[in-house]
Amino acid sequence: MIGIARLTKRYEDGTKALDGVTLRLDKRITTILGRNGAGKTTLIRIMSTQLLPSSGTVTINGLDVVKDVGMVRDIISSIPQEMKVMGIATPYDHVEMYLNARGIPPDEIGALAEKALKDLELWRVRDKSTADLSGGMRRKVFVAMALASKAEVIFLDEPTTGLDPISRDELWKTLRELKRERFIFLTTHYLQEAEALADKIGILEDGKLKAIGTIDELRAKVRYPYSIKVLSDVRMEKPEKGEIIKGIDGHLQIVTTEAEANRISRKLIDKRVRFSMNPITLEDIFYFIVKKPIEEENYGDEEEWW
Amino acid sequence: MAMKRNGGSQLYASILVNAIFAMVNYPVVLISTVLAPFSLLIVITFVSHGTLLPVAIAGALIMTMISAGTSMQQDLSHLKNDFKLQDMIVSSPTSALVYLVGMAISEVVYSIPALAVLIVLAAVYVHATLLGIVAMFFVVLIMFVFAVSLGFVLSTLTSDVVQSWAFAGIVSTILSALPPVYYPITYIPLPWQYLAYLSPATYAAEIMQNTVGLTTFSATTILIDWAVIIAVAAVMTYLAVKKAKWRED
Repeated sequence: MIGIARLTKRYEDGTKALDGVTLRLDKRITTILGRNGAGKTTLIRIMSTQLLPSSGTVTINGLDVVKDVGMVRDIISSIPQEMKVMGIATPYDHVEMYLNARGIPPDEIGALAEKALKDLELWRVRDKSTADLSGGMRRKVFVAMALASKAEVIFLDEPTTGLDPISRDELWKTLRELKRERFIFLTTHYLQEAEALADKIGILEDGKLKAIGTIDELRAKVRYPYSIKVLSDVRMEKPEKGEIIKGIDGHLQIVTTEAEANRISRKLIDKRVRFSMNPITLEDIFYFIVKKPIEEENYGDEEEWW
Repeated sequence: MAMKRNGGSQLYASILVNAIFAMVNYPVVLISTVLAPFSLLIVITFVSHGTLLPVAIAGALIMTMISAGTSMQQDLSHLKNDFKLQDMIVSSPTSALVYLVGMAISEVVYSIPALAVLIVLAAVYVHATLLGIVAMFFVVLIMFVFAVSLGFVLSTLTSDVVQSWAFAGIVSTILSALPPVYYPITYIPLPWQYLAYLSPATYAAEIMQNTVGLTTFSATTILIDWAVIIAVAAVMTYLAVKKAKWRED
Protein backbone atom coordinates (compact mmCIF):
# COMPACT_ATOMS: atom_id res chain seq x y z
CA MET A 1 0.00 0.00 0.00
CA ILE A 2 1.40 3.39 -1.00
CA GLY A 3 0.09 6.65 0.42
CA ILE A 4 1.09 10.06 -0.89
CA ALA A 5 -0.10 13.21 0.87
CA ARG A 6 0.26 16.80 -0.42
CA LEU A 7 3.59 15.95 -2.07
CA THR A 8 5.42 18.96 -3.47
CA LYS A 9 8.81 19.24 -5.07
CA ARG A 10 10.41 22.54 -5.97
CA TYR A 11 13.92 22.44 -7.44
CA GLU A 12 16.63 24.97 -6.63
CA ASP A 13 16.00 26.82 -9.90
CA GLY A 14 12.41 27.42 -8.81
CA THR A 15 10.80 24.78 -11.04
CA LYS A 16 7.79 23.26 -9.33
CA ALA A 17 7.85 19.66 -10.50
CA LEU A 18 5.15 18.36 -8.16
CA ASP A 19 2.33 20.39 -6.73
CA GLY A 20 0.35 18.89 -3.88
CA VAL A 21 0.02 15.34 -5.20
CA THR A 22 -2.19 13.18 -3.03
CA LEU A 23 -3.11 9.59 -3.77
CA ARG A 24 -3.53 6.18 -2.22
CA LEU A 25 -2.58 3.03 -4.11
CA ASP A 26 -3.59 -0.50 -3.37
CA LYS A 27 -3.67 -2.11 -6.80
CA ARG A 28 -1.03 -4.49 -8.07
CA ILE A 29 0.06 -2.37 -11.04
CA THR A 30 -0.38 1.36 -10.92
CA THR A 31 0.66 3.50 -13.84
CA ILE A 32 1.27 7.21 -13.76
CA LEU A 33 0.66 8.64 -17.16
CA GLY A 34 1.88 12.02 -18.26
CA ARG A 35 3.64 13.96 -20.93
CA ASN A 36 7.39 14.64 -20.83
CA GLY A 37 8.02 17.09 -18.01
CA ALA A 38 4.75 16.32 -16.24
CA GLY A 39 6.60 15.30 -13.06
CA LYS A 40 6.53 11.50 -13.42
CA THR A 41 10.25 10.92 -12.88
CA THR A 42 10.36 13.34 -9.94
CA LEU A 43 7.47 11.47 -8.35
CA ILE A 44 9.03 8.03 -8.81
CA ARG A 45 12.45 9.26 -7.60
CA ILE A 46 10.92 10.60 -4.40
CA MET A 47 8.93 7.41 -3.86
CA SER A 48 12.01 5.26 -4.43
CA THR A 49 14.11 7.33 -1.96
CA GLN A 50 16.46 8.88 -4.53
CA LEU A 51 15.18 12.41 -4.10
CA LEU A 52 13.92 14.36 -1.09
CA PRO A 53 10.52 16.05 -1.34
CA SER A 54 10.11 19.76 -0.58
CA SER A 55 7.02 18.99 1.48
CA GLY A 56 4.39 16.31 1.95
CA THR A 57 4.77 12.64 2.76
CA VAL A 58 5.07 9.31 1.01
CA THR A 59 4.52 6.06 2.87
CA ILE A 60 5.09 2.54 1.58
CA ASN A 61 3.48 -0.20 3.66
CA GLY A 62 3.23 2.35 6.46
CA LEU A 63 6.92 3.36 6.28
CA ASP A 64 7.83 6.98 5.60
CA VAL A 65 10.30 7.30 2.70
CA VAL A 66 12.16 10.11 4.50
CA LYS A 67 12.05 9.07 8.16
CA ASP A 68 12.22 5.28 7.67
CA VAL A 69 14.45 5.31 4.61
CA GLY A 70 16.50 2.25 5.67
CA MET A 71 13.45 0.06 6.12
CA VAL A 72 11.84 1.39 2.93
CA ARG A 73 14.93 0.47 0.93
CA ASP A 74 14.67 -3.08 2.27
CA ILE A 75 11.30 -3.56 0.58
CA ILE A 76 11.64 -1.61 -2.67
CA SER A 77 13.54 -1.93 -5.90
CA SER A 78 13.77 0.77 -8.52
CA ILE A 79 14.68 0.59 -12.19
CA PRO A 80 15.55 4.09 -13.37
CA GLN A 81 14.61 5.61 -16.70
CA GLU A 82 17.16 4.94 -19.46
CA MET A 83 19.12 2.47 -17.35
CA LYS A 84 21.62 0.57 -19.46
CA VAL A 85 23.09 -2.89 -19.16
CA MET A 86 26.83 -3.26 -18.69
CA GLY A 87 28.21 -4.83 -21.84
CA ILE A 88 31.10 -6.32 -19.87
CA ALA A 89 28.69 -8.42 -17.84
CA THR A 90 26.23 -11.25 -18.49
CA PRO A 91 22.59 -11.36 -17.32
CA TYR A 92 23.67 -13.64 -14.48
CA ASP A 93 26.41 -11.15 -13.52
CA HIS A 94 23.85 -8.33 -13.33
CA VAL A 95 21.52 -10.26 -11.04
CA GLU A 96 24.40 -11.54 -8.91
CA MET A 97 25.80 -8.03 -8.50
CA TYR A 98 22.43 -6.55 -7.54
CA LEU A 99 21.64 -9.24 -5.00
CA ASN A 100 25.07 -8.66 -3.45
CA ALA A 101 24.40 -4.92 -3.35
CA ARG A 102 21.19 -5.63 -1.44
CA GLY A 103 23.21 -7.58 1.12
CA ILE A 104 21.61 -10.93 0.40
CA PRO A 105 23.74 -13.73 1.90
CA PRO A 106 26.05 -15.36 -0.69
CA ASP A 107 24.61 -18.85 -0.19
CA GLU A 108 21.14 -17.62 -1.31
CA ILE A 109 22.24 -15.66 -4.34
CA GLY A 110 22.71 -18.53 -6.79
CA ALA A 111 19.23 -19.97 -6.25
CA LEU A 112 17.50 -16.58 -6.35
CA ALA A 113 19.32 -15.55 -9.53
CA GLU A 114 18.53 -18.86 -11.22
CA LYS A 115 14.83 -18.67 -10.35
CA ALA A 116 14.46 -15.07 -11.56
CA LEU A 117 16.34 -15.72 -14.80
CA LYS A 118 14.29 -18.87 -15.45
CA ASP A 119 11.00 -17.09 -14.66
CA LEU A 120 11.87 -14.42 -17.20
CA GLU A 121 13.16 -16.90 -19.79
CA LEU A 122 16.67 -15.47 -19.57
CA TRP A 123 18.33 -18.61 -18.23
CA ARG A 124 19.44 -19.83 -21.67
CA VAL A 125 21.30 -16.54 -22.25
CA ARG A 126 22.60 -16.19 -18.71
CA ASP A 127 26.26 -16.38 -19.79
CA LYS A 128 25.98 -14.23 -22.91
CA SER A 129 27.27 -10.69 -22.92
CA THR A 130 24.33 -8.36 -22.41
CA ALA A 131 25.73 -6.30 -25.28
CA ASP A 132 24.57 -9.13 -27.57
CA LEU A 133 20.97 -9.19 -26.30
CA SER A 134 17.95 -7.51 -27.89
CA GLY A 135 16.51 -4.34 -26.36
CA GLY A 136 13.62 -6.27 -24.82
CA MET A 137 15.92 -8.90 -23.32
CA ARG A 138 18.11 -6.18 -21.82
CA ARG A 139 15.12 -4.59 -20.09
CA LYS A 140 14.13 -8.01 -18.84
CA VAL A 141 17.57 -8.28 -17.23
CA PHE A 142 16.67 -5.27 -15.06
CA VAL A 143 13.33 -6.80 -14.19
CA ALA A 144 15.17 -10.02 -13.28
CA MET A 145 17.38 -8.01 -10.93
CA ALA A 146 14.34 -6.53 -9.20
CA LEU A 147 12.45 -9.83 -9.21
CA ALA A 148 15.34 -11.79 -7.68
CA SER A 149 15.71 -9.21 -4.91
CA LYS A 150 12.43 -10.23 -3.24
CA ALA A 151 11.50 -6.53 -3.06
CA GLU A 152 7.79 -6.13 -2.34
CA VAL A 153 7.39 -2.94 -4.36
CA ILE A 154 9.04 -2.41 -7.75
CA PHE A 155 9.32 1.02 -9.37
CA LEU A 156 9.83 1.25 -13.12
CA ASP A 157 10.38 4.61 -14.73
CA GLU A 158 9.28 4.51 -18.38
CA PRO A 159 10.41 0.90 -18.82
CA THR A 160 9.54 0.52 -22.50
CA THR A 161 10.81 3.81 -23.90
CA GLY A 162 12.69 3.11 -27.12
CA LEU A 163 11.64 -0.53 -27.39
CA ASP A 164 10.23 -1.98 -30.59
CA PRO A 165 6.64 -3.35 -30.39
CA ILE A 166 7.72 -6.99 -30.05
CA SER A 167 10.18 -6.24 -27.24
CA ARG A 168 7.57 -4.06 -25.57
CA ASP A 169 4.97 -6.86 -25.71
CA GLU A 170 7.50 -9.27 -24.19
CA LEU A 171 8.11 -6.90 -21.31
CA TRP A 172 4.40 -6.31 -20.77
CA LYS A 173 3.86 -10.05 -20.52
CA THR A 174 6.60 -10.23 -17.92
CA LEU A 175 5.14 -7.39 -15.88
CA ARG A 176 1.65 -8.91 -15.96
CA GLU A 177 3.08 -12.10 -14.49
CA LEU A 178 5.15 -10.19 -11.97
CA LYS A 179 2.13 -8.36 -10.56
CA ARG A 180 0.80 -11.60 -9.13
CA GLU A 181 3.42 -11.49 -6.41
CA ARG A 182 4.66 -7.88 -6.34
CA PHE A 183 3.27 -4.37 -6.23
CA ILE A 184 4.39 -2.54 -9.37
CA PHE A 185 4.42 1.20 -9.84
CA LEU A 186 5.41 2.44 -13.27
CA THR A 187 5.43 5.67 -15.18
CA THR A 188 4.86 5.96 -18.87
CA HIS A 189 3.92 8.41 -21.54
CA TYR A 190 2.46 5.62 -23.66
CA LEU A 191 -1.31 5.52 -23.28
CA GLN A 192 -1.44 2.06 -24.78
CA GLU A 193 0.98 0.81 -22.14
CA ALA A 194 -1.11 2.18 -19.30
CA GLU A 195 -4.25 0.66 -20.77
CA ALA A 196 -2.59 -2.71 -21.37
CA LEU A 197 -0.96 -3.06 -17.98
CA ALA A 198 -2.47 -1.01 -15.23
CA ASP A 199 -5.12 -1.86 -12.69
CA LYS A 200 -5.10 1.79 -11.73
CA ILE A 201 -4.04 4.79 -13.79
CA GLY A 202 -3.08 8.22 -12.57
CA ILE A 203 -2.80 11.20 -14.89
CA LEU A 204 -0.15 13.76 -14.02
CA GLU A 205 0.04 17.13 -15.74
CA ASP A 206 2.21 20.10 -14.76
CA GLY A 207 3.05 18.42 -11.45
CA LYS A 208 -0.60 18.00 -10.50
CA LEU A 209 -2.50 14.75 -10.28
CA LYS A 210 -5.46 15.40 -12.56
CA ALA A 211 -7.20 12.06 -12.05
CA ILE A 212 -6.67 8.57 -10.76
CA GLY A 213 -8.73 5.42 -11.01
CA THR A 214 -9.37 2.27 -12.96
CA ILE A 215 -9.89 2.67 -16.68
CA ASP A 216 -13.65 2.50 -16.13
CA GLU A 217 -13.50 5.15 -13.42
CA LEU A 218 -11.51 7.42 -15.72
CA ARG A 219 -13.89 6.73 -18.58
CA ALA A 220 -16.77 7.80 -16.35
CA LYS A 221 -15.09 11.20 -15.87
CA VAL A 222 -15.48 11.96 -19.56
CA ARG A 223 -19.23 11.21 -19.42
CA TYR A 224 -19.39 10.80 -23.19
CA PRO A 225 -18.89 7.40 -24.85
CA TYR A 226 -17.86 8.50 -28.37
CA SER A 227 -15.04 10.47 -29.89
CA ILE A 228 -14.90 12.08 -33.31
CA LYS A 229 -11.51 13.15 -34.55
CA VAL A 230 -11.74 15.82 -37.24
CA LEU A 231 -8.86 15.40 -39.65
CA SER A 232 -9.55 18.41 -41.88
CA ASP A 233 -8.82 21.94 -40.76
CA VAL A 234 -12.30 23.39 -40.45
CA ARG A 235 -14.21 25.76 -38.25
CA MET A 236 -16.58 24.08 -35.84
CA GLU A 237 -19.28 25.03 -33.42
CA LYS A 238 -19.77 23.55 -30.01
CA PRO A 239 -21.80 20.31 -30.20
CA GLU A 240 -25.26 20.23 -28.63
CA LYS A 241 -23.98 17.63 -26.17
CA GLY A 242 -20.29 17.05 -25.49
CA GLU A 243 -17.04 18.97 -25.64
CA ILE A 244 -14.31 19.88 -28.09
CA ILE A 245 -10.73 19.15 -27.11
CA LYS A 246 -7.36 19.27 -28.87
CA GLY A 247 -5.93 15.80 -29.51
CA ILE A 248 -2.40 14.45 -29.56
CA ASP A 249 -1.69 15.53 -33.13
CA GLY A 250 -3.32 18.94 -32.81
CA HIS A 251 -6.56 17.85 -34.48
CA LEU A 252 -9.80 18.86 -32.89
CA GLN A 253 -11.74 16.11 -31.21
CA ILE A 254 -15.37 16.01 -30.19
CA VAL A 255 -16.35 13.79 -27.27
CA THR A 256 -20.07 13.32 -27.23
CA THR A 257 -23.08 11.04 -26.87
CA GLU A 258 -23.87 8.28 -29.36
CA ALA A 259 -26.83 10.18 -30.86
CA GLU A 260 -24.89 13.42 -31.20
CA ALA A 261 -21.93 11.54 -32.66
CA ASN A 262 -24.23 10.10 -35.33
CA ARG A 263 -25.71 13.51 -36.09
CA ILE A 264 -22.30 15.19 -36.36
CA SER A 265 -20.83 12.40 -38.46
CA ARG A 266 -23.69 12.67 -40.97
CA LYS A 267 -22.99 16.40 -41.27
CA LEU A 268 -19.28 15.78 -41.69
CA ILE A 269 -19.98 13.27 -44.47
CA ASP A 270 -22.26 15.77 -46.22
CA LYS A 271 -19.53 18.41 -46.03
CA ARG A 272 -16.85 15.93 -47.20
CA VAL A 273 -14.78 16.53 -44.07
CA ARG A 274 -12.27 13.80 -43.20
CA PHE A 275 -12.88 12.36 -39.74
CA SER A 276 -12.81 9.17 -37.68
CA MET A 277 -15.35 8.08 -35.06
CA ASN A 278 -14.60 5.60 -32.28
CA PRO A 279 -15.74 4.55 -28.85
CA ILE A 280 -13.71 6.58 -26.39
CA THR A 281 -10.15 5.35 -25.69
CA LEU A 282 -7.66 6.10 -22.94
CA GLU A 283 -6.05 8.55 -25.33
CA ASP A 284 -9.31 10.51 -25.53
CA ILE A 285 -9.72 10.34 -21.77
CA PHE A 286 -6.16 11.56 -21.26
CA TYR A 287 -6.61 14.55 -23.53
CA PHE A 288 -10.01 15.29 -22.08
CA ILE A 289 -8.55 15.34 -18.56
CA VAL A 290 -5.40 17.34 -19.33
CA LYS A 291 -7.11 19.52 -21.90
CA LYS A 292 -6.41 23.21 -22.04
CA PRO A 293 -9.45 25.45 -22.58
CA ILE A 294 -10.09 25.87 -26.29
CA GLU A 295 -11.63 29.20 -27.11
CA GLU A 296 -14.51 28.99 -29.54
CA GLU A 297 -12.82 31.27 -32.05
CA ASN A 298 -9.87 28.87 -32.18
CA TYR A 299 -11.84 25.79 -33.11
CA GLY A 300 -10.66 26.20 -36.67
CA ASP A 301 -10.12 29.03 -39.07
CA GLU A 302 -9.90 27.92 -42.68
CA GLU A 303 -13.36 26.88 -43.68
CA GLU A 304 -16.62 27.24 -41.90
CA TRP A 305 -18.59 24.01 -42.30
CA TRP A 306 -21.60 24.44 -40.08
CA MET B 1 13.13 -3.21 12.13
CA ALA B 2 15.48 -3.18 9.16
CA MET B 3 16.40 -6.56 7.76
CA LYS B 4 19.85 -7.93 8.53
CA ARG B 5 22.07 -7.46 5.51
CA ASN B 6 25.41 -8.99 4.63
CA GLY B 7 27.87 -6.09 4.49
CA GLY B 8 30.52 -8.25 2.85
CA SER B 9 28.15 -8.99 -0.02
CA GLN B 10 27.43 -5.30 -0.43
CA LEU B 11 31.14 -4.49 -0.70
CA TYR B 12 31.61 -7.38 -3.10
CA ALA B 13 28.90 -5.96 -5.41
CA SER B 14 31.03 -2.88 -6.08
CA ILE B 15 34.12 -5.00 -6.66
CA LEU B 16 32.20 -7.16 -9.13
CA VAL B 17 30.89 -4.19 -11.05
CA ASN B 18 34.05 -2.13 -11.13
CA ALA B 19 36.81 -4.72 -11.36
CA ILE B 20 35.99 -8.39 -11.59
CA PHE B 21 33.53 -8.32 -14.51
CA ALA B 22 36.07 -6.48 -16.68
CA MET B 23 39.08 -8.51 -15.50
CA VAL B 24 37.35 -11.86 -16.02
CA ASN B 25 35.45 -11.10 -19.23
CA TYR B 26 38.08 -8.86 -20.85
CA PRO B 27 41.55 -9.98 -19.64
CA VAL B 28 43.24 -7.42 -21.93
CA VAL B 29 42.48 -4.84 -19.23
CA LEU B 30 45.03 -6.64 -17.04
CA ILE B 31 47.81 -5.78 -19.52
CA SER B 32 46.68 -2.17 -19.63
CA THR B 33 46.64 -1.84 -15.85
CA VAL B 34 50.11 -3.41 -15.53
CA LEU B 35 51.63 -1.06 -18.10
CA ALA B 36 50.07 2.19 -16.85
CA PRO B 37 52.47 3.11 -14.01
CA PHE B 38 55.62 2.05 -15.84
CA SER B 39 55.86 4.61 -18.61
CA LEU B 40 57.30 7.41 -16.47
CA LEU B 41 59.26 4.97 -14.30
CA ILE B 42 61.09 3.66 -17.37
CA VAL B 43 61.83 7.16 -18.71
CA ILE B 44 63.17 8.41 -15.35
CA THR B 45 65.28 5.29 -14.86
CA PHE B 46 66.89 5.53 -18.30
CA VAL B 47 67.49 9.29 -18.13
CA SER B 48 69.10 8.99 -14.69
CA HIS B 49 71.19 5.96 -15.75
CA GLY B 50 69.45 3.93 -13.08
CA THR B 51 70.31 6.15 -10.12
CA LEU B 52 66.68 7.21 -9.63
CA LEU B 53 65.25 3.71 -9.99
CA PRO B 54 64.45 3.24 -6.24
CA VAL B 55 62.75 6.61 -5.95
CA ALA B 56 60.93 6.06 -9.25
CA ILE B 57 59.59 2.74 -7.93
CA ALA B 58 58.40 4.45 -4.74
CA GLY B 59 56.90 7.21 -6.89
CA ALA B 60 55.17 4.67 -9.11
CA LEU B 61 53.62 3.08 -6.01
CA ILE B 62 52.21 6.46 -4.96
CA MET B 63 51.00 7.24 -8.46
CA THR B 64 49.38 3.82 -8.90
CA MET B 65 47.33 4.36 -5.78
CA ILE B 66 46.50 7.99 -6.63
CA SER B 67 45.51 6.96 -10.15
CA ALA B 68 43.40 4.14 -8.71
CA GLY B 69 41.66 6.66 -6.46
CA THR B 70 41.10 9.28 -9.10
CA SER B 71 39.95 6.65 -11.60
CA MET B 72 37.09 6.11 -9.23
CA GLN B 73 35.79 9.54 -10.16
CA GLN B 74 35.36 8.50 -13.78
CA ASP B 75 34.13 5.02 -12.90
CA LEU B 76 31.49 6.35 -10.53
CA SER B 77 30.44 9.00 -13.01
CA HIS B 78 30.17 6.34 -15.71
CA LEU B 79 28.03 4.09 -13.50
CA LYS B 80 25.90 7.00 -12.33
CA ASN B 81 25.36 8.97 -15.52
CA ASP B 82 25.72 6.40 -18.31
CA PHE B 83 24.37 3.20 -16.78
CA LYS B 84 22.11 4.86 -14.14
CA LEU B 85 23.27 2.09 -11.85
CA GLN B 86 23.87 4.41 -8.91
CA ASP B 87 20.18 5.40 -8.78
CA MET B 88 19.24 1.73 -8.54
CA ILE B 89 21.81 1.23 -5.78
CA VAL B 90 20.61 4.33 -3.89
CA SER B 91 17.14 2.74 -3.73
CA SER B 92 18.62 -0.43 -2.27
CA PRO B 93 19.82 -1.17 1.28
CA THR B 94 23.41 -0.23 0.32
CA SER B 95 24.62 2.94 2.11
CA ALA B 96 26.79 5.64 0.55
CA LEU B 97 29.70 4.62 2.78
CA VAL B 98 29.49 0.93 1.85
CA TYR B 99 29.28 1.86 -1.82
CA LEU B 100 32.29 4.20 -1.49
CA VAL B 101 34.41 1.64 0.36
CA GLY B 102 33.42 -1.12 -2.06
CA MET B 103 34.30 1.01 -5.07
CA ALA B 104 37.61 1.98 -3.43
CA ILE B 105 38.49 -1.66 -2.86
CA SER B 106 37.51 -2.40 -6.46
CA GLU B 107 40.06 0.15 -7.66
CA VAL B 108 42.75 -1.60 -5.60
CA VAL B 109 41.67 -4.96 -7.00
CA TYR B 110 41.92 -3.51 -10.49
CA SER B 111 45.45 -2.30 -9.69
CA ILE B 112 46.63 -5.60 -8.23
CA PRO B 113 48.66 -6.64 -11.34
CA ALA B 114 50.58 -3.33 -11.36
CA LEU B 115 51.02 -3.34 -7.60
CA ALA B 116 52.33 -6.90 -7.68
CA VAL B 117 55.03 -5.99 -10.20
CA LEU B 118 55.95 -2.81 -8.31
CA ILE B 119 56.18 -4.64 -4.99
CA VAL B 120 58.54 -7.20 -6.53
CA LEU B 121 60.68 -4.38 -7.97
CA ALA B 122 60.63 -2.58 -4.61
CA ALA B 123 61.75 -5.75 -2.83
CA VAL B 124 64.74 -5.99 -5.19
CA TYR B 125 65.79 -2.36 -5.67
CA VAL B 126 64.48 -0.37 -2.70
CA HIS B 127 66.50 -0.85 0.43
CA ALA B 128 64.51 0.36 3.38
CA THR B 129 64.28 -0.55 7.05
CA LEU B 130 61.20 -2.26 8.41
CA LEU B 131 60.09 1.09 9.79
CA GLY B 132 60.67 2.59 6.34
CA ILE B 133 58.50 -0.08 4.71
CA VAL B 134 55.74 0.59 7.23
CA ALA B 135 56.05 4.34 6.51
CA MET B 136 55.83 3.72 2.75
CA PHE B 137 52.77 1.55 3.24
CA PHE B 138 50.97 4.26 5.20
CA VAL B 139 51.95 7.01 2.77
CA VAL B 140 50.52 4.99 -0.09
CA LEU B 141 47.39 4.16 1.92
CA ILE B 142 46.78 7.77 2.99
CA MET B 143 47.21 9.05 -0.56
CA PHE B 144 44.78 6.40 -1.75
CA VAL B 145 42.18 7.43 0.84
CA PHE B 146 42.62 11.05 -0.24
CA ALA B 147 42.31 10.20 -3.94
CA VAL B 148 39.23 7.98 -3.62
CA SER B 149 37.47 10.54 -1.44
CA LEU B 150 38.26 13.28 -3.94
CA GLY B 151 37.06 11.01 -6.75
CA PHE B 152 33.80 10.27 -4.94
CA VAL B 153 33.06 13.94 -4.21
CA LEU B 154 33.77 14.95 -7.80
CA SER B 155 31.68 12.12 -9.21
CA THR B 156 28.64 13.24 -7.26
CA LEU B 157 28.93 16.70 -8.80
CA THR B 158 28.85 15.48 -12.38
CA SER B 159 25.75 14.98 -14.44
CA ASP B 160 27.55 13.95 -17.60
CA VAL B 161 30.62 11.84 -18.24
CA VAL B 162 32.17 14.75 -20.19
CA GLN B 163 32.33 16.70 -16.92
CA SER B 164 34.17 13.79 -15.32
CA TRP B 165 36.75 13.88 -18.13
CA ALA B 166 37.32 17.56 -17.41
CA PHE B 167 37.74 16.90 -13.69
CA ALA B 168 40.10 14.01 -14.51
CA GLY B 169 42.34 16.32 -16.54
CA ILE B 170 42.54 18.92 -13.76
CA VAL B 171 43.09 16.35 -11.00
CA SER B 172 45.70 14.53 -13.04
CA THR B 173 47.69 17.75 -13.55
CA ILE B 174 47.56 18.67 -9.86
CA LEU B 175 48.33 15.21 -8.55
CA SER B 176 50.58 13.74 -11.24
CA ALA B 177 52.29 16.37 -13.39
CA LEU B 178 52.94 19.02 -10.74
CA PRO B 179 54.52 17.04 -7.87
CA PRO B 180 58.04 15.57 -8.09
CA VAL B 181 56.97 12.03 -7.35
CA TYR B 182 59.44 10.22 -9.60
CA TYR B 183 62.46 12.44 -8.82
CA PRO B 184 63.65 14.71 -5.96
CA ILE B 185 62.03 18.10 -5.52
CA THR B 186 65.50 19.68 -5.73
CA TYR B 187 65.45 18.91 -9.46
CA ILE B 188 62.73 21.55 -9.88
CA PRO B 189 63.87 25.20 -10.23
CA LEU B 190 63.12 27.16 -7.06
CA PRO B 191 60.13 29.32 -8.03
CA TRP B 192 58.36 26.23 -9.36
CA GLN B 193 59.02 24.26 -6.19
CA TYR B 194 56.45 26.43 -4.39
CA LEU B 195 53.89 25.46 -7.00
CA ALA B 196 54.69 21.79 -6.44
CA TYR B 197 53.83 22.19 -2.77
CA LEU B 198 50.23 22.91 -3.76
CA SER B 199 49.86 19.21 -4.43
CA PRO B 200 49.50 16.73 -1.55
CA ALA B 201 51.46 14.23 -3.64
CA THR B 202 54.61 16.34 -3.14
CA TYR B 203 54.48 15.85 0.63
CA ALA B 204 53.95 12.12 0.14
CA ALA B 205 56.89 11.98 -2.26
CA GLU B 206 59.18 13.71 0.25
CA ILE B 207 58.43 11.06 2.86
CA MET B 208 59.02 8.29 0.34
CA GLN B 209 62.28 9.80 -0.92
CA ASN B 210 63.48 10.29 2.64
CA THR B 211 62.61 6.67 3.40
CA VAL B 212 64.51 5.22 0.43
CA GLY B 213 67.50 7.43 1.31
CA LEU B 214 67.63 9.42 -1.91
CA THR B 215 67.13 12.79 -0.27
CA THR B 216 67.42 13.66 3.39
CA PHE B 217 64.90 16.02 4.87
CA SER B 218 64.84 17.40 8.40
CA ALA B 219 62.64 15.69 10.97
CA THR B 220 60.48 18.82 11.08
CA THR B 221 59.92 18.70 7.32
CA ILE B 222 58.94 15.04 7.48
CA LEU B 223 56.59 15.73 10.39
CA ILE B 224 54.96 18.54 8.41
CA ASP B 225 54.68 16.21 5.40
CA TRP B 226 52.84 13.62 7.50
CA ALA B 227 50.60 16.26 9.00
CA VAL B 228 49.69 17.64 5.57
CA ILE B 229 48.84 14.33 3.94
CA ILE B 230 46.85 13.13 6.96
CA ALA B 231 44.97 16.44 7.12
CA VAL B 232 44.05 16.57 3.42
CA ALA B 233 42.98 12.92 3.48
CA ALA B 234 40.85 13.53 6.59
CA VAL B 235 39.22 16.64 5.13
CA MET B 236 38.50 14.94 1.82
CA THR B 237 37.07 11.85 3.54
CA TYR B 238 34.84 14.10 5.64
CA LEU B 239 33.62 15.83 2.50
CA ALA B 240 33.03 12.50 0.78
CA VAL B 241 30.94 11.13 3.60
CA LYS B 242 29.05 14.31 4.56
CA LYS B 243 28.83 16.37 1.43
CA ALA B 244 28.40 13.75 -1.25
CA LYS B 245 24.97 13.75 -2.85
CA TRP B 246 23.74 10.21 -2.29
CA ARG B 247 20.08 11.10 -2.00
CA GLU B 248 19.51 14.29 -3.92
CA ASP B 249 17.71 17.27 -2.48
